[in-house]
Amino acid sequence: MLRDALLVAAKDLRVEWRSRVLINQVAPFTLLIVVLFGFALDADTATLRDTAPGLFWVAVMLVAVLAVQRGAAIEAADDTQQRMLLSDLDPAAVFLGKAAGLFVQLLVLEVMLTAAVVVLFDVSVGEPLLMVASSVVATIAIASAGTLYGVLAVGLGVRETLLPILLLPVLAPVLISATRTFGDAFDRVDADGWAWLGLLGTFAVIYVMIGMLAYGVLLEES
Amino acid sequence: MSATAAPAPETDSPTIVTGTSSRGTRALAFIIAVGVPTLLAFAFFISPEDDVQRDAVRLLYIHVPIAIMTYVAFSLTAFGGIMFLYKGSRWWDTTAYAAGEIGVVLCGLTLITGSIWGRPTWGTWWEWSDVRLVTSLMLFLVFVGYLAFRRIPGDPTVRARRAAVLGLIGAMQIPIVRFSVEWWENNTLHQSSSVLYGKLENMTLFTWFLGQIVVGAIFLYLLIHRFRVAWMEEEIETHGLVGALEERRAEALVGVEQAVGGTVEGRISAVKDV
Amino acid sequence: MTDLGYLIAGWSVGLGTLGLYGWSVVRRGRNLGQHVSPERRRWMTTDD
Repeated sequence: MLRDALLVAAKDLRVEWRSRVLINQVAPFTLLIVVLFGFALDADTATLRDTAPGLFWVAVMLVAVLAVQRGAAIEAADDTQQRMLLSDLDPAAVFLGKAAGLFVQLLVLEVMLTAAVVVLFDVSVGEPLLMVASSVVATIAIASAGTLYGVLAVGLGVRETLLPILLLPVLAPVLISATRTFGDAFDRVDADGWAWLGLLGTFAVIYVMIGMLAYGVLLEES
Repeated sequence: MSATAAPAPETDSPTIVTGTSSRGTRALAFIIAVGVPTLLAFAFFISPEDDVQRDAVRLLYIHVPIAIMTYVAFSLTAFGGIMFLYKGSRWWDTTAYAAGEIGVVLCGLTLITGSIWGRPTWGTWWEWSDVRLVTSLMLFLVFVGYLAFRRIPGDPTVRARRAAVLGLIGAMQIPIVRFSVEWWENNTLHQSSSVLYGKLENMTLFTWFLGQIVVGAIFLYLLIHRFRVAWMEEEIETHGLVGALEERRAEALVGVEQAVGGTVEGRISAVKDV
Repeated sequence: MTDLGYLIAGWSVGLGTLGLYGWSVVRRGRNLGQHVSPERRRWMTTDD
């Protein structure tokens, strides 16, 4: 099953690499969000440092929605989903593969976002290990939920506008926990980041499992 | 007099009945019509004020029952989804949908009445660090999304199946998030469940209980009506408006038989006696 | 009574909204009922 998952992930990433939409369009948008926040808040450095964790993760959420929509659009464009079903691949493996592909894409964007936030918001990363760990774990959760809800954005005449209202409320706990861990990592908040990381891990596990179980059900077209 | 009183009487001859009422709903409407003024009397006059909150506690007699029925409604949606996935029965799917919409209304009211209660009690309309508030808001948004998804036109079975998963995931989130975050961050403005701790005195407890019954009756009344409306909506969606063709009736008979798990003649005659 | 304004606001929003919602559902039921034939309108089943 892992091999199938890797196949699917590789295929998705290859498609992305060839089109470079992520790098050309989504990444600049990511940076743009940070810049817009900077303009809007028009704040002193202390405020920016305080709000950086929250702004970072809100930006990630928005970008994740875009990435999921894009993935769904690609699938719809050449009906790959049907073909995958017909090819006897285990739906759970397909789910893992797609989630993994999305995970990689989001992680790349987050690296850029971190750099932008550190530079533009003058953030000092007190605990880089905590930051990296929580990024990874939170992104696992986001990628899993995103892949699952992304299926709903395909077919049935669904508009893309439905995806945010479906996906984002479910990701709210991830947003909250990840913001806490980053707050601790940036030394701005008196929270136990590692404890929150544990909570993030719980969500990640839950979303992955739900995804593996429910993906097959959602794919059935009749 | 509350606006939830019984609907206007309608003619009962079989060919002219056009509404969703029945003996059951009329009975419920009567209970509600009697219950609401009684509840108001108890809540405002007969029950005592609280030592700490003074009269603001009277808001809880409507807020808490509504909050509890919100959970009941969403649990029903989740359960209905499970039953639909398990049995493929349209009846369960329709129940899930109806319960989901009523749940959204109730959840919104929970938030609003809670906020109105919170203002004089805590001094604030909202509190971001209260887990119960935040998860209730999340629940509201999740199921607003559920409703938005259900309203998309399309194949009812596929839509029902996906909605079942959506509803399940959404509803399941809430206890998971609630308990885990509470455990992780022990910090909340919310009252602990005083019912469980038996600290309430008799009249307060009774009034709360009465509120529970009245809101429960309201929920049932709404559920039955909304279920029937949803059923008809799907009939119209799948079979078109009635210039009811015989062939469509034949189709419907087969569909209903599958949904109902029995012959339609038996069902119709049983149902005509209600 | 203390906080009377809040009490009235809370209770009227609560009961009022439920009443309005109920009324709109019942009304929709009546409208739809005119378009659906009686046989297909019967939905009350006790089991599946």
